[in-house]
Amino acid sequence: MEEVIKVNDVTMEFNLSKEKVDSVKEYFIKMVKRELRYDRFQALKNVSFSVNKGDRIGILGLNGAGKSTLMKVIAGVFKPTKGTVEKRGVIAPMIELGAGFDKQYTGAENIYLYGAVLGHSRKFMEEKFDEIVEFAELHEFIDVPLKNYSSGMRARLGFAIATVVKPDILILDEVLSVGDAKFRKKSEKKLLEMMDSGVTVLFVSHNLEQVKRICNKAMILEKGKLVAFGDMDEVVEQYKEMVK
Amino acid sequence: MKEAITEFRQYSNLFIELVRKGIKLKYRRSYLGVIWSMIEPLLTMIVLTVVFGTLFGYENKEFPVYILAGRLIYSLFSQSTTNALKSIRQNEGMIKKVYVPKYLYPLSGVCFNYILFLISLVVLSVVSLILGVYPTVRVFLAIVPLLVLFLLSVGAGLILATLGVFFRDLEYLWNVVLMLVMYTCAIFYYPDVILDSKVSFILQYNPLFCIISNFRSCIFGEEMDMWMLIYSFAFAVVSVFIGGIIFKKNQEKFILYI
Repeated sequence: MEEVIKVNDVTMEFNLSKEKVDSVKEYFIKMVKRELRYDRFQALKNVSFSVNKGDRIGILGLNGAGKSTLMKVIAGVFKPTKGTVEKRGVIAPMIELGAGFDKQYTGAENIYLYGAVLGHSRKFMEEKFDEIVEFAELHEFIDVPLKNYSSGMRARLGFAIATVVKPDILILDEVLSVGDAKFRKKSEKKLLEMMDSGVTVLFVSHNLEQVKRICNKAMILEKGKLVAFGDMDEVVEQYKEMVK
Repeated sequence: MKEAITEFRQYSNLFIELVRKGIKLKYRRSYLGVIWSMIEPLLTMIVLTVVFGTLFGYENKEFPVYILAGRLIYSLFSQSTTNALKSIRQNEGMIKKVYVPKYLYPLSGVCFNYILFLISLVVLSVVSLILGVYPTVRVFLAIVPLLVLFLLSVGAGLILATLGVFFRDLEYLWNVVLMLVMYTCAIFYYPDVILDSKVSFILQYNPLFCIISNFRSCIFGEEMDMWMLIYSFAFAVVSVFIGGIIFKKNQEKFILYI
């Protein structure tokens, strides 16, 4: 089997300064007094695993277990403090839909902007424009500034843009809980379609039923540590024990 | 290096979109739109001419052209650096959620202001023609100080963008610095008296004054001052280097501070 993601011994550390020093004056006062201390917080501790092509992995864990941090490390948003991440292929990170949207821009302008954020050319986005508007069901609102959109409309637009390409690796961080029931169904269907074409999926969700439907493997994170990784059924059972 | 170039190619679309966004949003919802980038300097030129022309008793009719040239360059520098300073924090939503090379933000901030600046040069040429300052061949040399101006803005922008992430109050501090820079740029007075005095260094070692002075020389068909040109060019190149290095060194940390 071909490995598409390999996470080697990744540790992610954050500075949690109790009082944030963010002014020049404070900085110098504290430097003179030698009070520049930071509390370090490890969001991920020595996490290692590898993902084969076509695997659909559910990522389980309580709030604050490091799921989103792990996704962001894989997507390249965070550079790990220690360890490396190797990846092959085009990644579509759907960590928070509509990252990079501008509120003053209209829906149409945001399609090009967000497309560029994901690395697509204007020409490519022009070709896909109608498809995106169609899927997001935003025909009459496409020339309205985004600040007048409802959060559901924004999420729909973000989802439609992010899924217009055929990525090799899809990172989904609780994105299926947006929109109304009808759109949720539609987006799940679209994702399942994409998965049929052999895309690798990392799926973060608190909805066990959804994880069971979509994934074939799963992992559990607890306080930044990888505590289980394997076939979905076993891991889900273990997780059920954990949350009891 | 090679990696950096392929990465820039990959993200050139985003760079263009960010520049486009800057220009589009600057004058969104105003009736006159981009025309404001010409009216605004024209209005300040009139006010400054009336006030300082009367105050200092300058009566030559090129004085408005003199003011406008200096004022346009100064406002480009102040706007593009202020923009770059805020750029990382302003785009925090994007930075926290997707990977994008971070230098695109300060760089696009400088570039869109520079494009608006080039548009506003139309006003300068119109005013010059009306007041009888006709271009000579030297006008083409104006490209040189304008290029130095671009480099200086990029360099200062990168340095400020980096520091701005860690120190929020730099925004206010920079405003004060910009004001000092404005007074030491000889925008609305002739520099001769100061240049002949003991404190001539406050103008001579101000790279922005050097740029403005050379730019004016090109417009009025005079020879550029070589020392000023070399000094401002060296200053700009060094600032780009320093900016590039500290930005590159710290960019991974940005996300932990915004």
